[in-house]
Amino acid sequence: MLRESHKHFRFDWITIILFLLLIAFGWLNILSASHSGTTIDYFDISQPFGKQLIFIFLTFGLIILLLSIDAKFYERFSSVIYIASMLSLVGLFIFGKNVNGATSWYAIGSMTLQPSEFAKAATALAVAKYISDLNTNINNIKNQIQVFIIIIIPAILVLLQNDTGSTIVYGAFFFVLFREGLPKYYLFIGVSLILLSVLSLKFGITITSIITILLVIGSNFLSKKKPKILQSIFVVIVAISISFGIKFFYESILKPHQQDRISLWLRLEKDPDKLKQMKQTFAYNLNESEKAISSGGFFGRGFMEGTRTTGKFVPEQHTDYIFSTVGEEWGFLGSAFVVIIFVLLLLRILHLAELQKSQFSRVYGYGVASIIFIHFLINIGMVMGLIPTIGIPLPLFSYGGSGLWAFTILIFIFIKLDSNRINEW
Amino acid sequence: MRQFLLFFSIILVGLLFISRLFYLQVYTSNEHNLFEDNAIRKVYDYPKRGFVYDRNGELLVANQPSYDVMVIPREVEPLDTLEFCSLLKINKAQFIKSYNKARHYSPRLPSVFVSHLSKEDYAVLQEKMRKFRGFYIQKRSLRNYETTIGANVLGFIAEANQSIIEKTPYYKMGDLIGKQGVELSYEKELRGTKGIKFIQKDRFNRNIGPYKNGKFDTIPEEGKDITITIDAKLQAYGELLMQNKRGGIVAIEPATGEILSLVSAPTYNPNLLVGRKRSKNYTKLYNDTISTPLIDRGLLRMHEPGSPFKALVALAALQENAITPSTSIYCTGAYHYGGRKPMGCHCGGGRRELNMGIAKSCNSYFANAFRKTIDGQGDAKKALDTWSKHIKSFGLGNYLGYDLPIGKRGNIPDAAYYNKWYPDFNWGATTIISNAIGQGEVLVTPIQLANMTAAIANRGYYYTPHIIKNIENDTLDSKYTVAKHTSIDKQHFEPVVQGLFDVYNKGTAQFLRVPGIEICGKTGTAENFTKIDSVRTQLTDHSIFIAFAPKDNPKIAIAVFVENGYYGARWAGRITSLMIEKYLKGEVTLKHMEKLVLEKSLEEEYAKPYSGKPFRINY
Repeated sequence: MLRESHKHFRFDWITIILFLLLIAFGWLNILSASHSGTTIDYFDISQPFGKQLIFIFLTFGLIILLLSIDAKFYERFSSVIYIASMLSLVGLFIFGKNVNGATSWYAIGSMTLQPSEFAKAATALAVAKYISDLNTNINNIKNQIQVFIIIIIPAILVLLQNDTGSTIVYGAFFFVLFREGLPKYYLFIGVSLILLSVLSLKFGITITSIITILLVIGSNFLSKKKPKILQSIFVVIVAISISFGIKFFYESILKPHQQDRISLWLRLEKDPDKLKQMKQTFAYNLNESEKAISSGGFFGRGFMEGTRTTGKFVPEQHTDYIFSTVGEEWGFLGSAFVVIIFVLLLLRILHLAELQKSQFSRVYGYGVASIIFIHFLINIGMVMGLIPTIGIPLPLFSYGGSGLWAFTILIFIFIKLDSNRINEW
Repeated sequence: MRQFLLFFSIILVGLLFISRLFYLQVYTSNEHNLFEDNAIRKVYDYPKRGFVYDRNGELLVANQPSYDVMVIPREVEPLDTLEFCSLLKINKAQFIKSYNKARHYSPRLPSVFVSHLSKEDYAVLQEKMRKFRGFYIQKRSLRNYETTIGANVLGFIAEANQSIIEKTPYYKMGDLIGKQGVELSYEKELRGTKGIKFIQKDRFNRNIGPYKNGKFDTIPEEGKDITITIDAKLQAYGELLMQNKRGGIVAIEPATGEILSLVSAPTYNPNLLVGRKRSKNYTKLYNDTISTPLIDRGLLRMHEPGSPFKALVALAALQENAITPSTSIYCTGAYHYGGRKPMGCHCGGGRRELNMGIAKSCNSYFANAFRKTIDGQGDAKKALDTWSKHIKSFGLGNYLGYDLPIGKRGNIPDAAYYNKWYPDFNWGATTIISNAIGQGEVLVTPIQLANMTAAIANRGYYYTPHIIKNIENDTLDSKYTVAKHTSIDKQHFEPVVQGLFDVYNKGTAQFLRVPGIEICGKTGTAENFTKIDSVRTQLTDHSIFIAFAPKDNPKIAIAVFVENGYYGARWAGRITSLMIEKYLKGEVTLKHMEKLVLEKSLEEEYAKPYSGKPFRINY
């Protein structure tokens, strides 16, 4: 009896408290963003806030379930979970329901379920399982390709369902692989690719080439070793080819609406009429959300007092743009609070991950932190106009049962694994 | 080291987000203002503007409804301009001009698109208004004049301009504000306070309900009715007498300082400045730079007072013991002083003491009195300053402080004034002798003359003249109920008043007597010059008259100024007698005199300087 009750307190309560804070604060903002009229029936399930409240209650059941399953189960059955999850994604092509242009939902009665949300957790388990296998050496190119395949399958499946945002989330696993020993040149190549893309799109190929050449010559001068002329020329040629490739990719492969988002973000569009048209269409959300955040000022307009939130000026405000409600009604204080809670949650998970004795737990913990981090980065970055518009939810905050449960599963599997680390000793 | 990549990325992104939030919410954020918030629609409810009544309760100014089409440019969506223009009775070019003007002012705030629709146009338009997004109809209240007189006193209302809107946040684009006369002086009382409703909009620009259940909404507070001191009948009669003439009449009740009438001629019908034709008519009146109907001559026309000023010269001389009522001189028809050209006198000559000096308006007598006042005391500079102080105590040489928005200071010279003119300080009474007869450097406005007359009528004090008699549920400013005393002792007034009375008995105004009324008055004739092709040319003299009546317990003090009307008694004197009789008896028995005045036109006189030909004056 005593031993049993003692065991419960081995869960990491800091993570749990941060998790609860986000869910509670998130719900208040969903309430504010989706209510209409003066009287509020909190359990009105025709309204997002009512539904979300039910999802939250169900979440507690889910948490109890997740914590009561034996920790070993997750490791042992990770492959099965992964395969089942992939099948659920494939199944969408046959049974999926199309919402807003993405075929990402199963309709069950009046409820919808979004398997791509759960696929992130499944992939994290699979990657952890694969890397922690004694036969895996991440420096081995063959193993690199295999783990890459594990990650790319769900990424491609969601991309085919027109859910570009979720695809980008799988980039989060780079942090996991890098932590587990992926060679450093991958980081170099990754960062270079991002820089090259931005440079070539913003300033054109010529300027990008000149910058590349100057950098290569500069690094040769600074290096004490003998200049490697052939290698340098090779690097430059590759960089220029990539630059051309990116231009081609941007102009010929990306769809017009994706081009627009990038051109607006990089301020490439100069034609005022086109800009005006953008502001009325997809950039409308961004424009309104920035205005809502700005109008909050330092202290905010107060809970349920935001005129832009009440007037529903920001479309999708209770889902992807929920942070603009925080901005308007809770001001700089409230917004900074949310950012800090997220940062604390991420750092806590990261810290716990480093403490794990089992590699499986550590890799999984890293996966959890990376996935939440990418969501946090893209969602809040997008709502504040720092990165191009990419539609993914803010974890634990945005309206949506699938997302809430998927992140609950993601986090509480890790809490369970973490609680088990003493047992493993 | 590998563990730190994600760790630092998280910290970096956290800091980046907080800086961005700081930039958006603190650095670039403005304080929230409901009026600037485009998520909130502001609906104004304009209260009734207060009515204006005359002293006898006659309604002068009321209201009529008017409808403005307002536009909020950024909410406008493509529309059938052809239909819209035909409904508004404007053409496409006007449409584009109004729209661009509104957008230039502010894309977010409402501007007037078309003002003052008629009731009929409004009825047709109202049904179709829904089709035109970004436009709406604002009901306002325009003035409805129940009278055609007193335009200069009543003033007018017009749309508040941008500088007013910037200075006073109460006013929004298209709001009406008093611009002249009592409309301006009592703007706050008359306008009341408009009510405002804040309505929450959604992004489709639909109303979704009152903002915070109407917590910030206000109900309009009606404007207060005011009663002004003007006697509408007297005012109308004064305007009638002044037709075809230029000048002003100011009548004051000495016992209270109430302005009984304030006539400026030429004037205009106040109904011209109402409604859609307002701006056209206003431009026309404004551009009439020759007869300047928009300028209130009663308040703004500065001129040399001429002989009526002699009454004050006498009072100052008595106060300073320079003369006594029995001091006499012998007038030879001219006053000789120093080696200069003598000052002429039209009194007929002979022995003159104070009484006959005033009655006959003897220049020599007052030149002597003035000279004694200034030079008889030793220090001319100090004496002039004392004299100047006495004169100014009658409300001359500075703003009177009345409650109409315009005025002039006039001029009463003192020692400092002449020290500037004659830097070697070499001046004395003879240098400035013209002031003795109200010429020279003395300048007054008709209302100052009337007020000075009231002070003489009261034998030594006056109330600041004012136009307001009563404000609904309010009290008057105490400055209109406290007497201001002149620096002349009471006993000096009687001989002067007697002199003014004898102007009618044995002096220059004998033919102006009104049966049954004892009037005290003084004629005035002021030389004046203009420049024609940069040549200084003399014009026919201004005709000036001041009077009060009855002699004891006076009820009316009046000053009349007729531009180029020749000698004082000729037109100003006649008008004075008619006004006094009209006010005191309620009717005019001097029919012959009335006919003469009504039929007289001075237009020919005013046309002379512009004729380009030589002309005769003073005949």
